[in-house]
Amino acid sequence: MTPLLAVRGLTKRFGAGCGECLDRTGALRETNRCPRCGAILACREVSFDLYPGEVLGIVGESGSGKSTVVRLLHFDLEPTAGEYRLAVADAAAGGGGRNLFALSPFQRRRIRNEHMGIVYQNPRLGLRLKVSAGGNIAERLLMAGWRHVGRIRERASELLRQTEVPLARMDEPPRNFSGGMQQRVQIAKALSTRPAVLLLDEVTTGLDVSVQAKVLDLLRSLQRELGIATLVVSHDLGVIRLLTSRTIVMRHGEIIEQGLSDQILEDPQHPYTQLLVNSVL
Amino acid sequence: MTRPEPTPSGTAFPGGWRRALEEGASRYSYAFLDESAKREIRRRILKAIALPGCQVPFGSREMPIARGWGTGGLQLTLALIGPEDVLKVIDQGCDDSVNAVNIKKFVGRVAGVRMTTDTRAATLIQTRHRIPEEKLDSGQVLIFQVPIPEPLRLVEPSERETRRMHAEADYSRMWLYLYEDIVRYGEITVGARYPVMVNGRYLMDPSPIPRWDLPRLHRAENLFLFCAGREKRIYAVPPHTDVEPLSFEDFASRVERFPGRSCSRCGAGDSFLDEVIDDARGLRSWVCSDTAFCEKRRTRNAPPAEAPGGSR
Amino acid sequence: MSPDILLRVEDLAKRFVCHMQGGKEILGFEGVSFRLPAGAALALTGPSGAGKSSVLKCIYRSYLPGRGSIRYRTADGGDIDLARASETEVLRIRSREMGYVTQFLHALPRVPAVDVVAEPLTAAGTPPAEARMRAQALLERLGIDRALWDAYPATFSGGEKQRVNFARAVIRPPRLLLLDEPTASLDPRAMEVVVAVLSEMKARGTTMVAVFHEGSPLASLMDDGCALPAKEPQR
Repeated sequence: MTPLLAVRGLTKRFGAGCGECLDRTGALRETNRCPRCGAILACREVSFDLYPGEVLGIVGESGSGKSTVVRLLHFDLEPTAGEYRLAVADAAAGGGGRNLFALSPFQRRRIRNEHMGIVYQNPRLGLRLKVSAGGNIAERLLMAGWRHVGRIRERASELLRQTEVPLARMDEPPRNFSGGMQQRVQIAKALSTRPAVLLLDEVTTGLDVSVQAKVLDLLRSLQRELGIATLVVSHDLGVIRLLTSRTIVMRHGEIIEQGLSDQILEDPQHPYTQLLVNSVL
Repeated sequence: MTRPEPTPSGTAFPGGWRRALEEGASRYSYAFLDESAKREIRRRILKAIALPGCQVPFGSREMPIARGWGTGGLQLTLALIGPEDVLKVIDQGCDDSVNAVNIKKFVGRVAGVRMTTDTRAATLIQTRHRIPEEKLDSGQVLIFQVPIPEPLRLVEPSERETRRMHAEADYSRMWLYLYEDIVRYGEITVGARYPVMVNGRYLMDPSPIPRWDLPRLHRAENLFLFCAGREKRIYAVPPHTDVEPLSFEDFASRVERFPGRSCSRCGAGDSFLDEVIDDARGLRSWVCSDTAFCEKRRTRNAPPAEAPGGSR
Repeated sequence: MSPDILLRVEDLAKRFVCHMQGGKEILGFEGVSFRLPAGAALALTGPSGAGKSSVLKCIYRSYLPGRGSIRYRTADGGDIDLARASETEVLRIRSREMGYVTQFLHALPRVPAVDVVAEPLTAAGTPPAEARMRAQALLERLGIDRALWDAYPATFSGGEKQRVNFARAVIRPPRLLLLDEPTASLDPRAMEVVVAVLSEMKARGTTMVAVFHEGSPLASLMDDGCALPAKEPQR
């Protein structure tokens, strides 16, 4: 099977760097901050594949670099090094399995809008809170060239129904909504252009437990229905257990272990993963 | 470059600008701007023409009128004008407003050109917020005074961000604004400054002309130049260029309509009308916004026509 | 590997390293070898703590095998070592060919019992309505009260959970079924049904590896056995 998304050697350094950063940071050195020059290696030499229809988890504590990976893949940040290929984007970008990081911002934005959906932990990053819920969905459709208000509203209602947001609130701004409902609108927006890849960055963190459960159930049922290849970033092993089939464990910007999710949870190999698994309340 | 002699009192122009101009007209370059300023502005104009709808920055000069009173349009006029030109200046369609008259006086004094109110006779027309009713031809240039050149300012305060949006042709935020407008009010409520796509590439602010005038920008015979003095931007719509107001398939942008109304002076039923309220009697009536057009019709149809139907 | 062998385990061993206890090593099992022809059933036997469940988990790959190999003949004739296969390959085999019934139900939270059971069918493309009907029929046969079909299994008794779990594993009969004490908390009547279902599956060609208590009626289905030795007491 060919991967839908392939990442190789993804590295993001904040700060000038000194040439020794890579040797002096990482899981073995127990830090992501270069002691010599102070640069932060938010993620280093991260490589993985995401297959069609698969749900892949990235787990780790804050500072492990998991969110940085997602943001790099969504072009929110510029990588220091690395290659990034997306099978579906090849045709649009001229074929040949090109490294998406080498494309112009214009091409990248098109690929992002056409093929990627993202849901952030903080709805403020993913939504315009003052623009109506329907408008938030419309924005992506407008970016994709939709120019018929009636059809845009039809698609927006369909998505809000799918994500269980009351249609009566379609023309209300999400700043009036509860945290759980804001996440639903974000999910609806992310799905609007039928993306090939869905990126979920700590989507349930900070929500009440009962609301978390509902959002996770929604994601599960959407997963069953749509089969979109998904990257789930979370510090919560419960989320990983519920949503993913494969998991990557990150620490200090590095991948320290990867495997089947149930194997990671039942038979963790790396000391840190064991600590993580045994720390579940 | 010549410079006024410093005077013992320390003020550069004892007696004010007007006197300085009258007394020292010879100390200034032709048409007030020094030659290097003209050259820079002309280069910017050429660049603007090469990139229809794209805002080109330029070094806006201090002018002897206040920023916001047409300094942008004035600089273009002065950079382009020559002794053979015939100038028309209008302010919201009117040749006789204080702003238009002041600009005419100034240009007349520094460039010595002929003035006209007749749209057809002018080679250069400087305008604030209107396009003349009469069709322009390839020999004419229409120069707009622009208050806010950035169409995206409505949705994005950051200049850095709006530049990125133009560079990437990312106009979804503007579209979103129109979508929200439709959702909230059932129609697009943007009146003047209606955003247009130029040559299928750049989103452009056509300056606060009424929507009525927008179709005249599309594939016109003449050159349109826009300049914002305070914001230091020049942009252009060359002849025969596509200019399309943003509109949805099911919510098209529409021009203003004046159903059942016609000009109470000339009787025109196919011009952009202003509402006039008679202070003394409180009666409302409608007159052409383009005064020269109205006047031309009145003299041609003298005695004044009772009913609309004048030919254009 | 000869074509009639479905599963061949060779010198399999599993050790756990507990980093939280200073890298203490715990032996799961070692030296396990057996070969299993297609359609046969094999019982893993041995004293409690000998690592019988761990062997099943290694085959299912929820444990990472240490030494040794687990050669499996896939439906399309491929020969794959489950001990070393990529995660993606294992997932593909799990979803299409391999079933696993545990003693405990890790039920998906907030999913009605009937949907828990029907999910493997819908995932394979069966229309939801048909999948639910077949799930209901199976739950009925296993003696789950009709009133519970639309309830969440998290609230069920041990025996009920086990039957739901069993139903989910067998509703789409796998080529290889791993059974880890599937009848531990069942009453005799339910146990009979489970054995009947398994023997039907076996007759239709499902290969099985099972762990069960002595005296379980599952013994009647077995063709072969593999005895795990008791481990040396650890110091």
